[in-house]
Amino acid sequence: MGAVQIQAQDIHVGNIVWLRENDEVPCDLVLIGTSDTQGLCYVETAALDGETDLKTRVIPSACMGMDFELLHKIKGVIECPNPDKDIRRFDANLRLFPPFIDNDLCPLTIKNTLLQSCYLRNTEWACGVAVYTGNETKLGMSRGIPEPKLTAMDAMIDKLTGAIFVFQIVVVMVLGIAGNVWKDTEARKQWYVLYPIEGPWYELLVIPLRFELLCSIMIPISIKVSLDLVKSLYAKFIDWDSEMIDQDTGIPSHATNTAISEDLGQVEYILTDKTGTLTENRMIFRRCCISGIFYGNESGDALKDVKLLNAVAGSSPDVVRFLTVMAICNTVIPIKSKTGAILYKAQSQDEDALVNAAARLHMVYVNKNANILEIRFNGSVIQYEVLETLEFTSDRKRMSVVVKDCQNGKIVLLSKGADEAILPYAYAGQQTRALVEAVEQYAQLGLRTLCLAWRELKEDEYQEWSLMFKEASSTLVDREWRIAEVCQRLEHDFEVLGVTAIEDRLQDGVPETIETLRKAGINFWMLTGDKQNTAIQIALSCNFISPEPKGQLLLIDGKTEGEVCRSLERVLLTMRITSSEPKDVAFVVDGWALEIALKHYRKAFTELAILSRTAICCRVTPSQKAQLVELLKSCDYRTLAIGDGGNDVRMIQQADIGVGISGREGLQAARAADYSIGKFRFLKRLILVHGRYSYNRTAFLSQYSFYKSLVICFIQIFFSFISGVSGTSLFNSVSLMAYNVFYTSVPVLVSVLDKDLSEGTVMQHPQILVYCQAGRLLNPSTFAGWFGRSLFHAIVVFVITIHAYAFEKSEMEELSMVALSGCIWLQAFVVALETNSFTILQHLAIWGNLVAFYVINWVFSAIPSSGMYTIMFRLCRQPSYWITMFLIVAAGMGPVLALKYFRYTYRPSKINALQQAERMGGPILSLGNIEPQPRLMEKEVSPLSITQPKNRNPVYEPLLSDSPNSTRRSFGSGAPFDFFQSQSRLSSSYSRNCKDN
Amino acid sequence: MSSNTPSSSAGGVGSADAAAPRRNSKRPKYSKFTQQELPACKPILTPRWVISAFLLVSIVFIPIGVVSLFASRDVVEIIDRYETACVPQNFSNDKVSFIQSAVDKTCNRTLTVKKLMKQPIYVYYQLDNFYQNHRRYVKSRSDSQLKDNSSWNDVSSCKPEDMSNDQPIVPCGLIAWSLFNDTYNFSLNNQQLAVNKKDISWKSDRDKKFGKDVFPKNFQNGTLIGGNRLDPSVPLSEQEDLIVWMRTAALPTFRKLYGKIERDLQPNEVIQVTLLNNYNTYSFNGKKKLVLSTTSWLGGKNDFLGIAYLTVGGLCFFLALSFTVVYLVKPRQLGDPSYLSWNRNPAGH
Repeated sequence: MGAVQIQAQDIHVGNIVWLRENDEVPCDLVLIGTSDTQGLCYVETAALDGETDLKTRVIPSACMGMDFELLHKIKGVIECPNPDKDIRRFDANLRLFPPFIDNDLCPLTIKNTLLQSCYLRNTEWACGVAVYTGNETKLGMSRGIPEPKLTAMDAMIDKLTGAIFVFQIVVVMVLGIAGNVWKDTEARKQWYVLYPIEGPWYELLVIPLRFELLCSIMIPISIKVSLDLVKSLYAKFIDWDSEMIDQDTGIPSHATNTAISEDLGQVEYILTDKTGTLTENRMIFRRCCISGIFYGNESGDALKDVKLLNAVAGSSPDVVRFLTVMAICNTVIPIKSKTGAILYKAQSQDEDALVNAAARLHMVYVNKNANILEIRFNGSVIQYEVLETLEFTSDRKRMSVVVKDCQNGKIVLLSKGADEAILPYAYAGQQTRALVEAVEQYAQLGLRTLCLAWRELKEDEYQEWSLMFKEASSTLVDREWRIAEVCQRLEHDFEVLGVTAIEDRLQDGVPETIETLRKAGINFWMLTGDKQNTAIQIALSCNFISPEPKGQLLLIDGKTEGEVCRSLERVLLTMRITSSEPKDVAFVVDGWALEIALKHYRKAFTELAILSRTAICCRVTPSQKAQLVELLKSCDYRTLAIGDGGNDVRMIQQADIGVGISGREGLQAARAADYSIGKFRFLKRLILVHGRYSYNRTAFLSQYSFYKSLVICFIQIFFSFISGVSGTSLFNSVSLMAYNVFYTSVPVLVSVLDKDLSEGTVMQHPQILVYCQAGRLLNPSTFAGWFGRSLFHAIVVFVITIHAYAFEKSEMEELSMVALSGCIWLQAFVVALETNSFTILQHLAIWGNLVAFYVINWVFSAIPSSGMYTIMFRLCRQPSYWITMFLIVAAGMGPVLALKYFRYTYRPSKINALQQAERMGGPILSLGNIEPQPRLMEKEVSPLSITQPKNRNPVYEPLLSDSPNSTRRSFGSGAPFDFFQSQSRLSSSYSRNCKDN
Repeated sequence: MSSNTPSSSAGGVGSADAAAPRRNSKRPKYSKFTQQELPACKPILTPRWVISAFLLVSIVFIPIGVVSLFASRDVVEIIDRYETACVPQNFSNDKVSFIQSAVDKTCNRTLTVKKLMKQPIYVYYQLDNFYQNHRRYVKSRSDSQLKDNSSWNDVSSCKPEDMSNDQPIVPCGLIAWSLFNDTYNFSLNNQQLAVNKKDISWKSDRDKKFGKDVFPKNFQNGTLIGGNRLDPSVPLSEQEDLIVWMRTAALPTFRKLYGKIERDLQPNEVIQVTLLNNYNTYSFNGKKKLVLSTTSWLGGKNDFLGIAYLTVGGLCFFLALSFTVVYLVKPRQLGDPSYLSWNRNPAGH
C-alpha cells in the first residue's frame, strides 16, 4: 500500500498484511478481510502441497462484514498453537476487542489462513494478520531436513570400508613396528642413511605415520564421488524413461531421492495402498439400494435402470430423500461455467461421483451462496441453509451436514459414511438386513459402498448441540477428538435411506505387474482403509491372492485381546503347517485386530509377518500403515511403500523406499515419496529394470573402486619390503592422484551403461531379481574375491616389474612408471572383462583411457622440471617395456579369465544362464515365458447376479474343507478363529466400531 | 504430513484440465542414451572364444619367450665380486676398521673372458644390499640446486647433509654425499685398456637436470666424509659419475654404469683390474661386484622375461588344451534351462 518497500523478513507476528491479486503470501496469515462480500478468497497452494486446484479460504465469522476502513484499526488476540508443519491443520482462536463486534471466542481453522508461498487468485485483495513468520511458517517448518535414507548397499559398502580400515590399521601397525625394528637393527649400520644416534621419542612414530600416508589410498575417496555421480545418473534414467511416462497426463516418472536407486533392486516387501494405487480412483456411481430395492443390478448401471428413473419421475419420497443426501451431503462447490453447465469442485472422488450421479437423476445441485444451497429437482428449486458441516475424518468414517429446509424450516441431519459407521446408529426399529445384504453384495463385487442416512432434528436439540459444537471447535487441545465426540452426540438414530455403490476400476496392467513382481520374490501387503470384502475382491482380481484351491486366506479377527490372541495363534499354526506347501497363504487382518496384535502380540505378529508372503490389512489408519512398515523394517526387510493419497504419506516416508502415484488424490504422496510414477504398472519397470541395473552397476563400481585402490596400495606395501621398510613411495604423488581420480575412475563410470541382461529377459524372468534381493553381487564373499584379485594383480605387477627391470635398469622413476602402466593395463582389461555390454561409450572410456594415460604421461615427460622428464619416451622406445606390459596383462588376466570361464560354463549362475540363452537364442526364453495373460476382472467375466457371490466365497477354508459343520462345532459361532464367514461377520465388527468411536 | 487427512477427501487435483497444461512440457526427449538403448555388443565367454584366446596367447608368447631367452643368452657377462677378496688377511675379522683406516686400498683382480665380447662392453659396478630407495636417502637431494647456480643455497630438502661449516653444500644431500668412490683400471696384456667414461649418464640429465654453471662447493668438507670427492672446477653437468649415482635405484641390488670399453674382447683374454677399494659396504654387509657386460636389444643379461614368457605361454597352451578336452568330453549347451532352478521347481524362488 505504501511507497516504502518492506521486505518479507521485516514482517513481525501481529502485523496486518495486505495482498493484492496474484501476490505471493509472504508469511502465514490469518485472514481478516477480503474484497469478496462473503469473505471468500481463492488461493493457489501448488507451491505448498503441489495441488493445482484453487482452494477457497474464508474470513473468520467474527470479522465478517467488517468495513474496509476498520480493518486498519482492528485489535484483538489470536491464540494459536506452537509452529508445526501440518499444513492441513490450524487450531486457533480469535478474540476481537471492543469496539469490534463482541467479545466472543471465534474458532480458527486452516480455512481461515493464508499460508506462506501460496498465491492469491481471483480475489481483488485480501488482508490478514501475520501469525507465523520466517522459518516458523508451515512451509518453513515442513522444509526440515528429511531423514536421509541409507540403502542396504550403502550400508554394506560402509561395512566393507570399515573392514578395509581395520585392515589398513593392522597393516600400518605391523609395518610400522617392522620398520622401527629394521631401522634399529639394519638402518643404523647403513651409514649413508645417516640416522641420528639418539632421536626424540616421537621418532618412533615417523615410520608408522609414513605407512599411514602410503596406505591412506587403500580406502578409495573417489568411491563417494563416483557413487554420487552414478546415482544421480540412475535417477536421471528414471526421469528420462519414456516407457514410464503416463500417457494420459504426460507426466513422466520422477526420482526425487537420487540416492536410493539400488534399494529398488533389493525390495522384499511392497506395501501398497488400494484406492488410487491399484485402482484408478475414477469413481463411477454404479448401483444403489434404496429402501431395500436394488437398482442397477441387471444393467450394471443404476443411472440407466428404468425402475430408478421411474421412481425419480414419480417423486417417490424415499428416492427423493436419497437423492437429496447424494446431492447436498458433501463439501462440493458448484461452479457455473460461461456456457451454463455446472462444474463441481469436489475434494473427494466419491463425492464428485455422487453429486454427478444425482444430477443425472434430475437432482441438480445448482448453486451455493454462502450458506444457502440451491438444488433443482424435476424443475422445482429447493433451498437449504447449511447450519453445520461435520467433516469427514478417517476415524469417524462418515460426514454429515445439518441443513435447514428454507421452505418449511425443518432442520435435518444428512449423513453418509461407511456401513459400519452408519448402520449401527440406525434407529431402533429399522430393518437393516436388506441394507447389510446390499453392502455385502456390493463389496463382493469390489464396489465401494456408502450408506446414506438422515434424521430430522428438533429445533432445541439442534440449538443445544450447536453450542457444544462451537465450544468443541474452538478448543486448542485435542480439537479433533473433541469434535468427533460432539458429532457423535448428533449422529445417531438415523433413518438409513440406502446404500450407494461406486465402482473404482483397476488400473491397467495391475494384475500382470503384481504377478510379475510376486514371481520376482517380492511379497505384497495391501493396506487399505476400505472394507474387508472390497479389499479381498480387489486382491483377487489383481492376482494379489490366488483363488482356492491354490490360495488360502486366513483371517485374524476378534474384538478383545483374548480373541485376537487365539485367532493369531491359530493363523500362525496354519501358516507354519502350510509354509512347506507350494500354496499361496495370505492373512487378512483388520484395523482393530491389528491394533491389538501390534500392541500386545507383537512377537507373534512379527513371526506371522515373516511367514506370510501376502497380507491384506483393511480398515487401517495412516499411522497403522506406518507401523506395519516399521514392523517389517525391524525384521530387516527392505520395504517399498506405494500410495497415492495423503493417508499414505506416513507409510511412504517410513518405508525404505516410498513411491508415490501422482494420481487423482493430489500430489501429496508423490511429493513425500522418493519416486513418483504415474501408474502402478510402472512399478514393474522401476524395480526390475531400474532397480536391478542400479544394484548391479553399483555392486561392480564399488567393488572395483576398492580393488583398484588395493592394487596400488599392495604394490606400495610390497615395495616397502625392498626399500628397508622405510615407507618410501614407489609412485610419485602426481601419478597416485591421477591414478585415483582419472585413470581408474573414468572407465568404471561408464559401467552405468552396462546391462547384464536385456530388459526383455528380465521382464520374462523376474525371478532373477533374487540376486539383487539377497545381495549376491555385493557381500563380504564377493568382496573377498575382489580383494584376492587385487592381491594377485599387485603380486603380478610387482614381481614382474622388479624382475624385468632389475640391475642396470632399476632406476626409480622408470620402475615406478613400469609398475603404474602395468596397473593401468590390468585395469583396462579387468573393466573390459567385467563389462557385459559394450556400447561405443564403453570402448571409448576403456581404451581411450589407456591412450590418455600415455598421452598424459608423455606430456609430463616433456616438462624438464618434472621428476619424470623423458621417462615415458625412454620407456616407450624400449622393447622390453612393451614385452613387460604384455606379460603383466597375460599373467594377470589369464587366471582370472580361466576362472571366470570355468564358472561361467560349468557353474553358471542364473544370470549367466540367461545371458547365454539371450545371446545364443537358447531354449530358456521360450520356456519360462510369461505371456502377459490379460486376466479379466472377475466381475467382468461373470455377469452380475445376486446369487452368485454366496457361492463364490474366495476364501479357502482350511481344515474344514471336508465338512463345514464339524468345524463350526469345534470353534463355535463367533469363535476367534473365524474363517472369514462373511455373513456372520458383520455384527461383530459393528459392535467393535461402536467402541471405536 | 497430515495423517489425519481423510482418505476420500484428500484434496483433489482430480480434474483432467489441471493436468492438461503439463502435457508435453516435462516429457523427456527421446534419445538412445537416455533410454539406455545404445547399440551394444554383448560378448559372452563361449568355449570357442576362450579357447582360441588362450591358444592365441600361447602362440604369441612362446616365440617371444624363445627370442627373449636367446637375446639374454647372447649377452656375455663377467662378474667379479671383490669386496671380501680385497680385504687383507689381517683385517679379515674387522673389515669396517680396514675401510675406515688409511691403509692402501689398492687391489688387483684378474678377469678371464669366456666368450667373445663385442664392443661396446659396459662396465658396471653392482652393489647388493644397498638401499638407495630408502625414504631418508631418496628424498635427500635438491634438484633446483643441481640445475641452477642461483639457487645454490636451496638445501632445505637435503637434511642431514645440507650445511657444512654453516655453508650450504653443493651438491647437497645424502645421495651426493655417499657417492661411490671405488675406481677401476683395466689392462690387457700389460697394456692399458681404455675405459670411456663419457656419455655414461642420460643426456637429458646432463642437459636439463645438472647445470653447466653449477660447481661443487664446500663438498665433503664436514667432519664425516661420505664417499667420493668432486673436482670443484668441473661443472656438475660433466660430473657423470655423480649424475649416474643420483639416478637412484629402486631396488637394493643395482648396477650403475662405470664406463664403456670400446673394443672387442676375445675369448681367453685375461684382463687385469687394479681397483681402489674405497667404498664402505662392510658396515652393512653389502656386496660389491664389478660387471663387464655386452648388451642386446632387450638390455643386459636377464633371463626373467624369456622364462616368464615361456611359462605363461605354456600355461595358456595347457589351459587351452584342457578346456578343449573338457569341452569335448563334457560338452555343455550354453543357456541350458536346467540351470534355472525355478524351471525345475516352479514354486520356489
